Parts: sequence; structure tokens; C-alpha cells
Amino acid sequence: MKLTGAQALIKSLEMQGVEVIFGMPGGAILPVYDPIIDSPIRHILVRHEQGAGHAAEGYAQVTGRPGVLMVTSGPAATNVVTPLADAYMDSVPLVCITGQVGTQSIGTDAFQEADTTGITMSITKHNWLVTDASQIPTVVAQAFHVATTGRPGPVLIDIPKDVSNGTMEWYWPEDPAAGLPGYRPTLRGHPRMVREAARLIGEAERPVIYAGGGILKARASAALARLVELTGIPVVTTLMARGAFPDDHPLCLGMPGMHGNFTAITALQKSDLLIALGARFDDRVTGRIDAFAPDAKVIHVDVDPAELGKVRQPDVPIVGDCRLVIEDLAEVIESERVRSAESGRQAPDLGPWMAQVRQWQERYPLRYDQPEQGVLKPQFVIERLRDATPDDTIVVSGVGQHQMWASQYWKFNHPNTWVNSGGLGTMGFAVPAAIGAKVGQPGRTVWAIDGDGCFQMTAQELVTAASERIPIKVAILNNAYLGMVRQWQEMFYDQRYSEVYLSPDLPDYVKWAEAMGCVALRVESPEEVDPAIDKASNVDDRPVVIEFRTDATEMVYPMVPAGASNDDVVVGPAQGEGGH
Amino acid sequence: MAPSSRHRLLSVLVENRSGVLARVAGLFSRRGYNIYSLAVAPTDDERFSRITVVVDVESAPLEQIVKQLHKLVNVLKIVELDPYAAVERELMMATVSADPDKRGQVIELVEVFGGSILDVGVDQLTVCLAEEPSRLDDFEELVRPYGIVSIQRSGQLALPKLDRRARLRSVAQRTA
Repeated sequence: MKLTGAQALIKSLEMQGVEVIFGMPGGAILPVYDPIIDSPIRHILVRHEQGAGHAAEGYAQVTGRPGVLMVTSGPAATNVVTPLADAYMDSVPLVCITGQVGTQSIGTDAFQEADTTGITMSITKHNWLVTDASQIPTVVAQAFHVATTGRPGPVLIDIPKDVSNGTMEWYWPEDPAAGLPGYRPTLRGHPRMVREAARLIGEAERPVIYAGGGILKARASAALARLVELTGIPVVTTLMARGAFPDDHPLCLGMPGMHGNFTAITALQKSDLLIALGARFDDRVTGRIDAFAPDAKVIHVDVDPAELGKVRQPDVPIVGDCRLVIEDLAEVIESERVRSAESGRQAPDLGPWMAQVRQWQERYPLRYDQPEQGVLKPQFVIERLRDATPDDTIVVSGVGQHQMWASQYWKFNHPNTWVNSGGLGTMGFAVPAAIGAKVGQPGRTVWAIDGDGCFQMTAQELVTAASERIPIKVAILNNAYLGMVRQWQEMFYDQRYSEVYLSPDLPDYVKWAEAMGCVALRVESPEEVDPAIDKASNVDDRPVVIEFRTDATEMVYPMVPAGASNDDVVVGPAQGEGGH
Repeated sequence: MAPSSRHRLLSVLVENRSGVLARVAGLFSRRGYNIYSLAVAPTDDERFSRITVVVDVESAPLEQIVKQLHKLVNVLKIVELDPYAAVERELMMATVSADPDKRGQVIELVEVFGGSILDVGVDQLTVCLAEEPSRLDDFEELVRPYGIVSIQRSGQLALPKLDRRARLRSVAQRTA
């Protein structure tokens, strides 16, 4: 069967089971947009290529399947640089297809030419420049294989216009890995290392499981739950792992790190054994690295060998898929238990450690003060939203104060219900990512919790949501500031506020949202919160935006100042010594 | 200059495709690793190339460099070559000032170092040496007083030393 390169590309995507592409056409990708008309794959036309990238990320994060985006060459390709970098940092599987000028024009500074593979080399797991139509099925199969196996990540396929216009004899490769001799991810943990990990766990008196985003990527939540049941070891869930272990479980200590809660931070700090599962010792978690968990031995499980020893030298390094390694580990621990019971050996009692943990929880709760009348506290909005929405609601956030409050005050009880930009910290992530999340999970309620600064960066994608009938809901916590930057200027720059004021009513968020085809509401006081959420919950056929006018002076606590040790966590005025 | 104790020698087998060298070089710059020297060419099997790279391990731990390199999809195999367990060579081409009355001295030096004369001009010689990097340093030192016009060094190449017992055995097998 003879196909054009463009037809072969779309057919290859169909072979991969792709159900949706986020994208925008343009000159060099034009040939590929023709066969899309006849394909069962849904195409969602975004208003800016960055939106396509974040939407694909949101889709991937809630479904576990790779997100697919397609854009043209030059400026379109450079517009997807941010989402690619974002996905690379957070290990989100994406397949990005870019058009390229014709092979004869490459290198001539042709119209809309950019060195896309060169530019994206350091922010993709791998990329390909296709030089002949016959390569297309092989490259697509390899791209999906690389994006979704091992440590997931974004990949990019750059297709010159003459290649998509060229013809080829259709085939489908049986084994995509065949042409990738240098790519063989290790999935099974080394049995000796797993036994050694079990031994350390059996001896630890103050163990903590440090669960990272790898748990979600490996679909290891059930395995983790079993390990916790088996050992009684408490769990902290990083920003990327919120929901990987349920917040309502008594052994869940919540989020550690710069804006984590006191107990999660301090439990890591005082631990004698960190069991790091799919986590990467990010600086926002560890604080000053040489002062991080000084007495702890470290078991580090990660599918990416380069993470082991990158920041902290583990005592027991285990390269492997989190789910498989945790399952093996649980098995070894279980059989060890039987043997210990027979020989009368006792594992250390975790009672005193848990008593200490409970004491911290009691003394330093996450707390804020919401006066009955007057200013609206952002945390109050999040708590009301949390209590008024279904348990499996998907929450998507941008980056900044609102993101930290959402992570702190929401209760995540299911995997893949929290979508955010963790590593790269991409403002403007929320609206497009929420669109992708809703497309991936149309049956679930999707709320974007956004800041006013973030919202202004990518709000135009609400036009996409309205025209494609993707009924996401957006809560803007409008404090009229670039709030997190303001907080740092307040704390570390002597309250000299530099270029952080945004104004509460420029733009007029309600009019703007309405102009984009949304239902829009404004909330200015605590008593208006519940009725507005009610109203939003009842809108099902278009996006809803609620602008909450919140207290501009509210700060995110606790906080470990940048470069400080996690021993020096600063709790908020309402959070110290039992609050008030 | 020959590598010092802060340098390690890696032999990296990669797929012979366009852009692979850019990926390796890009990884080094992105992660802040320093390359001291680099030599690259296809192997006997033209599907693969071998990159011999001398890295500065003061810029990053060797283990991290190796692990990050391994993540490149086009990288197949990485071997660290211990200087005591490898044979090493580097190519040097140099154009040296040599008036007719000094020419003999320069030629003598080249011969002592086992090099060859590639080109002869009125008052210059272009010479070539393939030697261990430290021997090239020595030659450079000795020839400097005559006046160096230009020097080009290739970067280091290396292969593991052969296991002599294994070699004997295979000879024995052949004769049997």
C-alpha cells in the first residue's frame, strides 16, 4: 500500500492508539493536517502552541498515556520549548510532532526555519529528524517506546515538508526497540540490593518513606500501600507525588519541602532511614543538602540510574521500576518476618517514633485564620472547594502561592488527581493542562486552581475549551500580585516590592472570561464562596471561571528559606505551638 | 598538554548517526562537565562510531558523567580506560621553524621521537608524531626553542591492553 509520509504519520499514530492530538497547523506541517480530516483521532485546535504542550501534559498526567501534540516549524516549534522542558523535568511522556522546512532548505535560513532538534536536544529524552518518508512508522514506534518506557519523558519528531509529501510503502515495525541498541531500561531491582534494603528496613527505628512522582509514573500506588501496611512506616508525598498515597491514611504525613508541613519536613530530617521511592532529592525538598536528614541511611529506588547518587549518595541504590521493586521488597520483608518470628527475633518498635510524629502533628498543624467577615483567605477558598467537590476531583494548578496552598490544603486520596508543574515551575500551566486533563478524564470534575499572574499567561486557551466544549472549572485566586515573588520581597528584600503589583481589576476577569465563552463569577467575601462554587458545579456545557478576590498579604507557611537547613523551618503565625 | 590526575579516559561506543556528537557535546555543556580532549571516528563496523573522550572529573564525579552519557539513546557502551590497562596514542602535527643550518637538529629530534617529516619548506618543517600524550609534551618542549609556527593535536585515542594469557591460549588453540 503506497501512502504519503503524512498519511503514514497519521496511520502510525492510529496504530499507537492515539485518541487525541493537541495542536495548531501551519506552513511546514500542512500536508499532515490533510489526512487528519479522515482520521478517527480527535484534533483539538489550541490558540497558542504552548497550550498544546501543557494540554498534552495534563492529558498524560491523568491517563498515564502519552500526550500527543503537533505544531508547525520555526516559531511554533520554539513555542513548545517550554512545555517540553516542563515535561522533561517532571518525567511526563509526550510525543511532539513538528513540521520542518523542506530538506533542501534546511540550513538556508528559510521562512519559519528553526533548528528544532538542536534547540530541543537538552529538553527531550530523544528527538528525531526524519529524512525519508519510509522512516516514519519506525520513528513513530520508537518515539512512543522511548517516551513511555524507563523514566518517561517528552520526545520530538521533526518532519520536513517534502518528507510528509513524499511517498512510502506502508509497513508497521514489530519491535520498536529493535532499532534502538543503546536503549535498554532496567526494570527489575537487583535481588541482593532488595534484600539489603529489607534488612535496613528491619533494623530502622525512625524510618520514613519519601515517595516521589515515580510512584505515579510506575503505577505503584497499590504496591506502596501494601508496603506501608506491611511495615507501618509513615509516608511523605512530594509535590509530584500528592495522591500517590492517600492523604486520609493515618500514616500519610503530607508534603515535605520548602512549603511542606512541619511534620513531613521534620520526620525526614530526624529519620534514621529514608526509603526514597521514585524521588530525586530535589533542592526544594532537601533544603541545604549537607544538612538534610543527617542521621539517615538512604535506600534509593529509581528507574533512572543517574538519579542514584546525583544529589545524595545512597547506602542501598536500586535501579528499577518502582512498582516492581516495591513488590519485590514487600515480598522479601514478608518472608523475613516469617523467619524472624520463627527465630524469635524482633523488629524495632516504631511506637516511640510514631509518638514523636504525632506530637509534631499536634503541635504544628497546617492552619490559617479566616475572619468571619472581611478579607477572603485563599486557603479558605481551597478548603471550601475541596469539601464541595467529588472525592476524585482532578486539581490542576499553576505555579506560585496558590499552587502551594492547593497542595497543602487539598486532600488527595487518589493517584493522578493532582496535576502541576513541579520541576520547571511553569507559570500559566494550569488552564491548558486542565483542558488536557478533562479531555483525558471527561467523566471527572476538573478544577484549575490558578493565580492571577499565571492566568494572564495562558488564559486564551479558555477559547479552546469553550469552542471544543471542554467544561473545565477555573478558580482564580486573585491577590493582585505575583504573590510568591511578593512574599520573597517581603521576607528577604526588606519589603521593597519591585514589579510585583498586577491590580485586582485590570483585566476585568469576569468580562474577559465571558468574552471567551465561559460562565464567570466574582467572589469578594467569605459568605459568597459556597454559593459561587455551587453555581459553578452546576455548569456542565462550558468552562466556568470564578474570580476569588483574596488577601494580598497572605503568605505561604511553613517555609524553609532558600539555602537554609530543613531544621530551620519557619511556621506561620497561626501554626506555631498548637496555633490559636 | 597530557592529561593529569584530574582527567579520566572514556571510550564511548555510539551509533554512527548525524547529530550524535552534538548530543554528547550538548550533554557535557548542559551538565557543566568539562571535556579535555575528544576524538571521534567510525569503527570497523560503520554502524558505530567510537568517541574517545578525556573528561575532567573535578567538574563532576565520573560516575555521574557515565550515567548521564548512558541515558543518551544513541550511546551503546561506555568503558573507562585505566591508563595502566590501556595503550594510548595521540597524533601531533607541527610546523617548526628550521633554517637550513638548524634543519638537521630538528630532523634528529623527530627521529628520536619516532616521528616523520611530512613537508619541507625553505625555512620550515612540518612533522608528525603519534605518541603517548606525555611524550608529545616532551617533544613540544624540546622543539620550542627552534620556533613553533603551529601545532595541531588530535586528542587522545586508547584501547584496552590485551590479556596476554588469553592471547597465548588462542595461539595455542590455533597451533593445536
